[in-house]
Amino acid sequence: MIDLNSYLILSASVFVLGVIGVVTRRNAIIVFMSIELMLNSVNLTLVAFSSFLGDATGQILVFFVMTIAAAEAAVGLAIVIALFRNKQTVNIDEINILKW
Amino acid sequence: MNEFRLSDLWIIAPFLAVVLTSMAVLILEGIRRNNATASYATSITGLVTALGLTAATYGSADSGFRDMVSQGAFATYFSGLFIVVGLLTIVVSRGYLRRQRWQHGEYYALILSAVSGMILMASGTDLIVIFLGIELMSLAFYVLAGFFRTKASSNESALKYFLLGAFATGFLLYGVALLYGVTGSTNLAVISSKAGSLGGDPLFLLGVGMIVIALGFKVAAVPFHMWAPDVYEGAPTAVTGFMATAGKAAAFAAFGSVFLKGLAFTGTDVNLLLAILAALSMVVGNITAVVQNNIKRMLAYSSVAHAGYILAGVAAGNADGQTGMMFYVGAYAFMTLGAFTIVGMLEGVDGQGLTYGDYTGLSGRHPAAAFLMAVFMFSLAGIPPLAGFFGKYYVFLAAVEAGMTWLAVIGVLTSLVSVYYYLRLVVEMYFREPATGPDSHPAPGSMAIAALSAYAVVQLGIYPSILLNLINGRI
Repeated sequence: MIDLNSYLILSASVFVLGVIGVVTRRNAIIVFMSIELMLNSVNLTLVAFSSFLGDATGQILVFFVMTIAAAEAAVGLAIVIALFRNKQTVNIDEINILKW
Repeated sequence: MNEFRLSDLWIIAPFLAVVLTSMAVLILEGIRRNNATASYATSITGLVTALGLTAATYGSADSGFRDMVSQGAFATYFSGLFIVVGLLTIVVSRGYLRRQRWQHGEYYALILSAVSGMILMASGTDLIVIFLGIELMSLAFYVLAGFFRTKASSNESALKYFLLGAFATGFLLYGVALLYGVTGSTNLAVISSKAGSLGGDPLFLLGVGMIVIALGFKVAAVPFHMWAPDVYEGAPTAVTGFMATAGKAAAFAAFGSVFLKGLAFTGTDVNLLLAILAALSMVVGNITAVVQNNIKRMLAYSSVAHAGYILAGVAAGNADGQTGMMFYVGAYAFMTLGAFTIVGMLEGVDGQGLTYGDYTGLSGRHPAAAFLMAVFMFSLAGIPPLAGFFGKYYVFLAAVEAGMTWLAVIGVLTSLVSVYYYLRLVVEMYFREPATGPDSHPAPGSMAIAALSAYAVVQLGIYPSILLNLINGRI
């Protein structure tokens, strides 16, 4: 039996990795993958708490999170494709028409 | 544990009306392509029905779906505001999309979907429902921001909004997960009842902090505002107006649900944190707005600054703060929607006509538009007796009552800075010789909505009690 803390430390590490990915990577697709990593670390946290507390709410929320993540993937990739058609790049440093 | 009751459906009746209309519009688009008129008429009908249902539920207070959603003055006021702003936006968009030659019926379905999400954000009493509401709204906004899919600036706006919005979602969910782990529930009332004994728990505070970050992103409070100017500038102007008004109001409804109604934090470090965010937003928003030359970008930084003022009401955390926040959000919705309506009306097909220079001598070319724009600018600057003045007055009063006099002082000082860039536009329109500006297009729909918004701004300035009674459920 692995204790709760191990799960929490693992999920927190994955979350931080996701944040680092979003901040440092320049490819829009990889940034998006890092965001998915953050959402999945949240799922791990929720399932761990749910199991530890013996309460189903956390697992129900996980289903919602997965659904939303799927919807986000559909919308996000569509936006990336629309942008690529106009600019032939997915590098966020080159996407810079708008700036002050 | 109460089981499902049919009366639960009555509690979410406005939401159901909006979401079903949204689906109906999508199906209509699938059956008959390129028939935007039918979608337009259906959307208007659906929203008017939803407004009727909201009015019918006014005054009742109940909760349903196992305390997931509630009905009451707070939810009804915000639902009504979202539906009205949605209606106005749809009327404005009709002419705007025609002028921009990008008439597609899906647009209306997306606006309705966003409105339904906002209603959930205002009526949810459980973090799961509030999260779903935020996502329902945001996903529609991402698509709307990129609606002109052949324009690179619209694509860029959508991508930036999407990446930062999804990033914020990650924080929101992690915060919800931590609160759930510490308290064993996602229900705000349960979390609130355990907050006292858990006040110092680091996981609990981390969870609350994460939710503050996520909602800060959604209201575009400094330092989480970086997306706002780019997104507001690149998105279609009608969409920008909608995002800046209803979208911001919805994010503040979520702020209110979590931090004013749900977790009562009055007098704690959380309020101080919110106050610091408010002060930063006022200072950075107003000062950056001064150097802008694009009107949409100026209004974007102005919206950051106003997010700061409204946040001051939330930070105060008392009853007056809540009233002030709700009043300000309503007043702000009308003045900003009106301003963006005028901007959208004067915008050229290729995105021209958006700088200060394009407004030079507008009073000669288009006196009505110039006059309405001047009303909105005066109101945004907070000059009495317009609605914007009373909004600021109520939130600053609440801040002083909560012992945050320094916040009110910063607010007043930064308001003075804001007068410069709002009145600069008025000077440009009235006191400069008309250059050969871009042609103004006849836009009766937009003019009517702008006039209606200006009427609301003046009316709320002279009789603020109309809205205050509505907020406090005294009608």
